[in-house]
Amino acid sequence: MSPIALLGRIWLVLILIFLYAPILVMAAMSFNASPFYQLPFEYSSKWYSDMAGNEQIVTAAIRSVLIACAVTAIATAVGTAASVALFRYEFRGKRLLQALLFPPIAIPWLITGTAMLVFFFTIGIGRGTPAVIIGHVALALPYVIVTVTARLSSFDVTLEEAARSMGAGAWTVLRRVTLPWIAPGIVAGALFAFAVSFDQFVVSYFLSKPGDSTLPVLIYTAIRKGFTPEINAISTIIIAVSMAVMFLAARYSKFGGDR
Amino acid sequence: MSQVEVRNVTKRFGRTVALDDVSIAFEDGGFFALLGPSGSGKTTLLRTIAGFHFPDSGSIRIGERNVEKVPVEKRDIGMMFQNYALFPNMSVAENVGFGLRVRKVGSAEETRRAREALELVQLGHLGDRRPSQLSGGQRQRVALARAIVTNPKVLLLDEPLSALDKTLRVDMQIELKRIQREVGITTIFVTHDQEEALTLSDRIGILRDGRIVQAGPPREVYNRPVDAFAAGFLGEANWLSEGALAGLTLPADPSGRRFATRPEALAISAAAPAPGMNAVRGQLVQRVFAGAMATCLVEVDGQPWKLIARDRDIPELPGDGAVWLAWAPQDTLVVPA
Repeated sequence: MSPIALLGRIWLVLILIFLYAPILVMAAMSFNASPFYQLPFEYSSKWYSDMAGNEQIVTAAIRSVLIACAVTAIATAVGTAASVALFRYEFRGKRLLQALLFPPIAIPWLITGTAMLVFFFTIGIGRGTPAVIIGHVALALPYVIVTVTARLSSFDVTLEEAARSMGAGAWTVLRRVTLPWIAPGIVAGALFAFAVSFDQFVVSYFLSKPGDSTLPVLIYTAIRKGFTPEINAISTIIIAVSMAVMFLAARYSKFGGDR
Repeated sequence: MSQVEVRNVTKRFGRTVALDDVSIAFEDGGFFALLGPSGSGKTTLLRTIAGFHFPDSGSIRIGERNVEKVPVEKRDIGMMFQNYALFPNMSVAENVGFGLRVRKVGSAEETRRAREALELVQLGHLGDRRPSQLSGGQRQRVALARAIVTNPKVLLLDEPLSALDKTLRVDMQIELKRIQREVGITTIFVTHDQEEALTLSDRIGILRDGRIVQAGPPREVYNRPVDAFAAGFLGEANWLSEGALAGLTLPADPSGRRFATRPEALAISAAAPAPGMNAVRGQLVQRVFAGAMATCLVEVDGQPWKLIARDRDIPELPGDGAVWLAWAPQDTLVVPA
C-alpha cells in the first residue's frame, strides 16, 4: 500500500472514531454495572431490565412508536399524492409551490416548533398528541416528496399512456403501472418520515403535554434530573432502531442512484 | 376492424395550430402511413385519433362510434410507441395480457390469448422473460403483440421502427406487414421515413403545417404529386427552370405550373438523345458508384439535378462533363406553381 493510500485509510478510521466513539461509549456504559460509569467494566443488563420496568419510559416509547406510525402513514400518503400531482400536472404557480415545500427542511426546528405552538393555540388545537402528529407530518412531508419525486423523475410517462391505450382507467394505471415503479421511493420516504418523527425532540417538546411526553422528550427531562445508565440503555435502543431505519431507507432510495 | 374517419379536426396548443381543419378517411383493413417533416402535425393527428388529445373542433369516428369526446381507455384502440413502453415490472406474458386483464376476460382466456398473440409475433417461448432481458427487435414484437391482443378497432403506430438499426428495421417492416395482413386490422402509422412509408402502406397521407397536403396510394402520390412540397418530400424532384422549358414536350400548359423529373426517370448520355424524348443539357458534377446503382449529380441551367440508374446503364461520359439528360415526356411531373 502506498503511503498516500495508508494516510487515507488512517483518515477514514479517524473520521469513523469521531462519529461513532461517543455512541459506542454510551452503548458500552449501558452494559456497565456501575451507576457512576466506573471502570473496570463489569457486564450487566441491569439498566435494560430497569428500563423495561420503568413504566414512564415504556409508555413514552410506545407513544413515540405509535405517533411515528401515524405520521408515516399520513405523510407518505399525502406526500406521494403531492409528488404524483406535481409530476403529472402543469399549473400556474407550480414552481413556487415546489419551492415552498422545502423550507421546512431548512428552517430551524426551534422556530418551527415555536410557530406551531403559537398557531395551534390560536386555532384551538393546543398541545397534545394530535398537535405533535400534525407537527411531525409537516416536518416529514418534504422528505417524502423529495424521495418520491426523485424516483418519479426516472418514470417514463408513455408507460401510463400505453396502459390507457389498452383500456386501463386512471385508478388501474396508478395501481398497476405508476405505483409499482415509484414503490422504492415511497418505501424510502416512509422510512425517512418514521425516522423524522421518532427522533424528533424540539417540535415534540413544544407541542406535547407535560404528562404525554414522547421518548426523546422524556429522555431530555430525565437527564435534567440526573443522568442514569437507564438513559444510556434506551438511547442505545433508539440509535439501533434509527440506524436500522436509515440503512433500509438508503438501500431503497440508493440516495438518488438508480436501481 | 373498422373504418376510421377524421372530419374537419382542428387542434391548437396555445397559439400554435397543430391540426388545421384536417379531414381524412382510413379504410377498413388498410395500412395507412402519415408522413411529414417534424412539426407537421402527424403525431398530433395520431394522438388525437388515439384520444390523448381532444380536438378543439371537428369529429372523429372509429367504426360506428363518434369518439372525439371519448377518453383513450374507452376508444378500443391498440397503440405501439416509439420506445415500446413495455411495463418493466411485468413479464412479457403479463405485458401482453394487460389489456385482457383490464377487460376481465378471465385468467384462462387471458393466458390463451396472450400466448396466441406472442406466437403470432414468433415469441411464444419468451413469455416468462422480463422486458429488460429482450433485444430491441424482441421488445418491438412484444409491443406489437400487446397492441393487437385485445382485437382493437384500429392499430396506431408512432414511429415504432425508428429505434432499430437498419437491418432489423427491414426485417420488422416485412414482419409488421405480414401480421397486419394476417390480422386484417386497420392500421395508421406515423413516420418521417419516406422509404418506410412506401414499403409498408397501401395509402399515404403527407402532412405539412397541420394540413393534409395529399393522400392516396403510394404510387399515385409519387407519380402525381399535387404540389412542389409533396413532390420533394416523397422522393426527390429535379426542377426545370423556366428557361429550360423551350423545346420540351410538356404534358400541360406551362403558365402557372412547374415541371420536374424523378432521378430514376432520367438517362444520361454524351450525345443528343433520340427525337421524341425530352432532353436538357447539363454539366456533370460528380458520378457516385454504389455497387449495383450509381448516382450522377448534374448541374442543369443552374439547378442541381440528380440521376439514379444501374451503373452498367450509364455510358462512358466525356472528360469535359458536358452531358445530355433525357426522359420520356409522360414522365414529366406537373405541379401548380
